[in-house]
Amino acid sequence: MSTTTASVATEQYNYGIVKKFAIMAMIWGVLGMLAGVYIASELAWPFLNFNIAEITFGRLRPVHTTLVIFGFGGSALFATSYYIVQRTCQARLWGGKLLPELTFWGWQLALVLGVITYMAGYTQGREYAEFVWPIDLLITVVWVIYFAVYAMTLVKRSQPHIYVANWFFMAFILATALLHIFNNLQVPVAWNSLESYALFAGVQDAMTQWWYGHNAVGFFLTAAFLGMMYYFVPKQAGRPIYSYRLSIVHFWALSFLYMWVGAHHLHWTALPDWVSTLAATFSILLLLPSWGGMINGIMTLSGAWEKLRTDPIMLFLITALAFYGMSTFEGPMMSLKSVNALSHYTDWTVGHVHSGALGWVAMITIGSFYHLIPRLWGTTLYSTKLVFVHFWLATIGVVLYIVALWVAGIGQGLMLRAFDQYGNLAYTFIETVSFLHIPYVVRAIGGAFFLSGMLLMSYNIYMTISGARQPASDEGRDAVAAAAR
Amino acid sequence: MKHESIEINSGLLIVLTLAVISIGGLVEIVPLFHIEETVEEVDGVRPYTPLELRGRDIYVKEGCYTCHSQMIRPFRDEQLRYGHYSLAAESQYDHPFQWGSKRTGPDLARVGGKYSNEWQTQHLVDPQSLVPESIMPGYPWLLENELDYSQIEDRMVALKRVGVPYSQSQEEYDANVEQFGADMADKLHVGNATEVLESQAGAQNWDGDPNRITEMDALVAYLQMLGTMVDFSKYEDGHFNQFR
Repeated sequence: MSTTTASVATEQYNYGIVKKFAIMAMIWGVLGMLAGVYIASELAWPFLNFNIAEITFGRLRPVHTTLVIFGFGGSALFATSYYIVQRTCQARLWGGKLLPELTFWGWQLALVLGVITYMAGYTQGREYAEFVWPIDLLITVVWVIYFAVYAMTLVKRSQPHIYVANWFFMAFILATALLHIFNNLQVPVAWNSLESYALFAGVQDAMTQWWYGHNAVGFFLTAAFLGMMYYFVPKQAGRPIYSYRLSIVHFWALSFLYMWVGAHHLHWTALPDWVSTLAATFSILLLLPSWGGMINGIMTLSGAWEKLRTDPIMLFLITALAFYGMSTFEGPMMSLKSVNALSHYTDWTVGHVHSGALGWVAMITIGSFYHLIPRLWGTTLYSTKLVFVHFWLATIGVVLYIVALWVAGIGQGLMLRAFDQYGNLAYTFIETVSFLHIPYVVRAIGGAFFLSGMLLMSYNIYMTISGARQPASDEGRDAVAAAAR
Repeated sequence: MKHESIEINSGLLIVLTLAVISIGGLVEIVPLFHIEETVEEVDGVRPYTPLELRGRDIYVKEGCYTCHSQMIRPFRDEQLRYGHYSLAAESQYDHPFQWGSKRTGPDLARVGGKYSNEWQTQHLVDPQSLVPESIMPGYPWLLENELDYSQIEDRMVALKRVGVPYSQSQEEYDANVEQFGADMADKLHVGNATEVLESQAGAQNWDGDPNRITEMDALVAYLQMLGTMVDFSKYEDGHFNQFR
């Protein structure tokens, strides 16, 4: 009986596309973090640039950011959103076999081409939007198909309600489309040239870029991962979400407020003061919906806290929410003009990004994947013990990373504005660079810890999947099918 | 209206979400194109010459913006270290802007003229030979690579399309003569591009080898121009504060 149910479930839902994206997320995650550890090491030991153009910091840095944000994060979002929309709508993914497959191959092609072109020196010179214009067009096509597949699956749902996770994914898809299009308006040098010039210049270009840049954080790296959180936290906890009303309020508040805050990346620049003041104000307001999401997630575990002792997956999910809460407090604080005067241009910003990116984005993904992957392949996890080990590697890695860059950023910020008793600058710039050496070494070690956790996870997942391929006994299959439901 | 009506209608959810996420950008970005004081009028700011333009392309290509800013903030320490704070006008021809977000190395907005051409070339080839504690990579290939300027006219035309006043017609040329002077107007004329680039490359010994035009020539020419366009001695102290 149960065996039949399991096979019906696989036919009812398109799990093939989810599996593909999940595996690519792991591969890009490892490669992207490897690139991250390497460029972090270049800052600590500059001989690692080896006078080779393709691997200098300036060319590898976009490789790192693209692979972790769009490769790891993006593929993980495709995987989980396709899974969640099917499960919560109780409907098979729209678009037949072809359209979801096109999003997969199109997205992977964009990433591969991105890495090659960056290393060859082709870039738009816009942070997190370095893809050259033909790749931008490819991404636009993929995204339109993604929107169609997602929206049409919602339309043909067999549940009356659209579950809250889907709101967040929908906001992410819409916002990313808007941001991607307007931030990549370019005029190519020639139809057969990869190079192009931005439509806007100077002040307006800066504002457009950081409207994009911060909302890549707000929607790509936050709203969408909240969608992930809203499904996997209640699932893993076996409890309903803490407050439905809170999820409504914080969804609309978050969607509205995020789009205003990008200009806090441009405090004290040639951008008019009224814009950056507005951005700072909305950044402070943003604390409320951010913490609304954190509280809603963490309190879902209320009454079942003992799970944190026994369930390392829960540990990942809840720690991710804790880091989310911490970095969404740190962010508004850094958006205050007086704090930003010190923090801007320093490694404090880089540390802040990583407390969000590693602590929140990566950890919520890792927790979700440990829940998701055994269910996709109809099996159980190879080793729970290794998940515990992974948790500690990841946590120690993030803490080393953030603390090192607090020291680096605040330390350098203070040195740069120090004066001697005669009113002269107390330090030259290069003296502050020398000071950064030890924090940079510690940061690289922190990154290596996090990367080693990802490798361990890859091994665990590989063993889980290859174990699932062995013909299991009928008894085993029954248990698995029961778990899958 | 109850919230439930949104929860059961995917079309409504999409439309409302789109409305909510559009407002912030509309309020903050659109006015920047219409409020005149956003970019103040300043004497001296001009489009880049063909050689400087190619230098800027290389600056973008090598990802210099990942470690260097070009945006000096109005603080005493930055004034002492880098010079007068940056004006919006100074990047009005920058497609894309290169203000940067991180100073792993120092700000470059006014690096022009601070060091000699020889120093810049030597520093780019082997930074540690001049600044032992530096963590900057070396860029020796810039000295080896011949500068590709076969598409220089296409580049200027593309920039003209996005609003940079390079001239193609007599009328546009005359307007440039009036705004930038005859000397500069000649350099900004698309038809003269190749000739102008070659003569500027030969006029100064940018990279130490006058016989070849290398990527180093272009990059050093660009760096030596940075921040030198506006003569701040012509303006009263605090004149620019009204535009902040």
